[in-house]
Amino acid sequence: MLLIDDLHASIGDTEILSGLSLEVAAGEVHAVMGPNGSGKSTLAHVLAGRDPYQVTAGRVLYDGADLLAMTPEERAAAGLFLGFQHPVEIPGVANMYFLRTALNALRRARGLDEVGPVEFLAIADEKRRLVEMDRTLMDRPVNDGFSGGEKKRNEILQMLLFEPRLAILDETDSGLDIDALRVVAAGVSSLRSADTAAIVITHHQRLLDHLVPDRVHVLAGGRIVRSGGPELAAELEAHGYAGFDARSSRELPTPIGSGR
Amino acid sequence: MTLAARTVSTHPSEGLQLPLAGWPSDPDWLTIARREAAAWVTTNGFPSTKHEDWRYTRIDPALVIPFATDTDTGRRTATGGSWPDVSLRDLLGPGLGGIRLVVVDGHFAPELSDHGHLPSGARLDSLHDALAVAPHRLEPLWSWHPEGYPHALRALSDALATDGILIDLPTEAVVDDPIEIVLLTVPGRAPHWSHPRIVVLAGARSKATVVETHLGVPGSPSVTNALTEVVVDDDAQVDHYVIQNESLDSFHFSSLEARLGRSSRFSSRLLAVGGRIGRHEVHTVLHGENAEVELDGLFLTASGQHHDNAILVDHGAPGCRSHQIYKGVVDGDGHGVFNGHIVVRPGAVGTDAHQTNKNLLLSDRAEVDTRPRLEIFADDVACTHGAAVGQLDPDALFYLRSRGVPHQEARALLVSGFVQEVLDCFADGPIRQYAERLVTTHLEPIVSAGRRGTGSAPDSDRAREVSVSRSRGGTAK
Repeated sequence: MLLIDDLHASIGDTEILSGLSLEVAAGEVHAVMGPNGSGKSTLAHVLAGRDPYQVTAGRVLYDGADLLAMTPEERAAAGLFLGFQHPVEIPGVANMYFLRTALNALRRARGLDEVGPVEFLAIADEKRRLVEMDRTLMDRPVNDGFSGGEKKRNEILQMLLFEPRLAILDETDSGLDIDALRVVAAGVSSLRSADTAAIVITHHQRLLDHLVPDRVHVLAGGRIVRSGGPELAAELEAHGYAGFDARSSRELPTPIGSGR
Repeated sequence: MTLAARTVSTHPSEGLQLPLAGWPSDPDWLTIARREAAAWVTTNGFPSTKHEDWRYTRIDPALVIPFATDTDTGRRTATGGSWPDVSLRDLLGPGLGGIRLVVVDGHFAPELSDHGHLPSGARLDSLHDALAVAPHRLEPLWSWHPEGYPHALRALSDALATDGILIDLPTEAVVDDPIEIVLLTVPGRAPHWSHPRIVVLAGARSKATVVETHLGVPGSPSVTNALTEVVVDDDAQVDHYVIQNESLDSFHFSSLEARLGRSSRFSSRLLAVGGRIGRHEVHTVLHGENAEVELDGLFLTASGQHHDNAILVDHGAPGCRSHQIYKGVVDGDGHGVFNGHIVVRPGAVGTDAHQTNKNLLLSDRAEVDTRPRLEIFADDVACTHGAAVGQLDPDALFYLRSRGVPHQEARALLVSGFVQEVLDCFADGPIRQYAERLVTTHLEPIVSAGRRGTGSAPDSDRAREVSVSRSRGGTAK
């Protein structure tokens, strides 16, 4: 489904991704772990099409198509979803209105009929209950004054509404209490199918207790330096990232992601 | 606009010819007041950008247009032969459901107006009729500036205004439906000025809503010099709206003067989308204790437009409250100005005064000058003010696009979110709906002009919040 091949990306003159390769097949959940500053968030943003990052080399194929040539909205229409580490506040735009606008934009792009306000209310309410989000947050401006946990529930709510084929969750678990963590894990699990995939970017192993990944990758110095099964997460939890700092990773042979 | 601007001297009297205005039936005090006002203009001239309060707004392009002898155009309107009423009616569109009074080029047009029911004792007249029938009600207003006028435009109204609307509410009169006043500028045979004047006298414990809509027919550059005076007596409440939707080749200068009595409440909300140059002045005086004023404004300034908002809130009594939110959305090479001044006079203890101005620049050629000023001469007051100029938040734009919302639609959504705070201040119902429709119509081309590929919108830049300090104005681009 997703093939990242020798990806180099910079912001300004600083290279952050330095030859990252990763392959994710349909039906799989991959965890990407790594120390702060290793390029985890950059990877997520480059995949979603964030502006200031310059891809200097490499390619990314999504269902065989050149992902990097697509606009952010085209990527979303094609089934990509990014769960933000820091969801953005949008004053003056009611959450409910935003969610319906986005869903209908996606549906239009996918050749489906738009959903009317009444029908949408029912759909949104069902998903809202799944993520255990307070009803009043639907009428408030998007993420405006939401707590950290409420923002993350709103991200998962969007993921459930938009039904992506490939979900990328950027540290969605950071700063969450155990209940919110369970909601995030349940959300991702509910999307799991033979036709979908997820990349879960996380700093801690905590989320992976609730959501067992098929593959775990260690990102350091802008590259995947080690890949393994779920047991790798436990090993990292025990020993930390000490062996994977940026300097040492450059001396390692180019690691190969799963499936290559 | 084909008229070339010429330099107009701001020195006294040089070449300035004011027409004579007035009705044969005018009382003596009015004739004298007109002469004095005209003399003031001749002596003091028009403000230039050297004047602190007019630093950013040039008046001279409007001064090449002759000051029409106002009574002449009035007579033409009154005889009914000059304007095709049917098309004017179409221009007016549907009303707000209550009383609607129409003023064409500064003169009341009864044939276009719909009178509704008024509480007993309430008077609703053309200013022309009121000057003949109840001049004593208007006399104090014509001598409101004994120490001199703030500028020539204000004096011109005293000299040349001959018609408009008087709303005179006796004690305890309550008018539930909004009173709508539509001021229409129609191109005449030659470009011209008009000086409509609206007077609202709200007796003690009375209550009314007044909606002023300024509409223009494109065709020839006209100048509107409108004055609205509101006297809010003790415990009365007046909610006032101005919709400035003049044609894009016109000049619009308006002054709103409101005096608030004890425990009275006054609000004025502005939506400005029209005019080539628009200046909207508000001058409120809180002279009775525990009075409350809310002033909110939204200006949508497109390429080629200039909107100047000059606000003075004068706290002259204890325990009064004032609250202001002004927002601007400026596109292309448009220029927005906010000049907000709060004065808290000695003795006005317990004053609660707040002022916020926020501006959104949609192009790197757009410009906003914002100058919030606060002068406090009393103790025990709570006053805040702040101003910001910024661009669309690129993080928010990316967030929306990552959710599948196309670039142009995402911009529109963010801009509509930005203006919502001011629209929320408009009363629910027909007034809000009218304002929202107008905003949507005007934002459509503004927002779509910035679509990807045109290169005019610096969305990828970091949003900049420029705080403007209390002492110096910031020119933020």
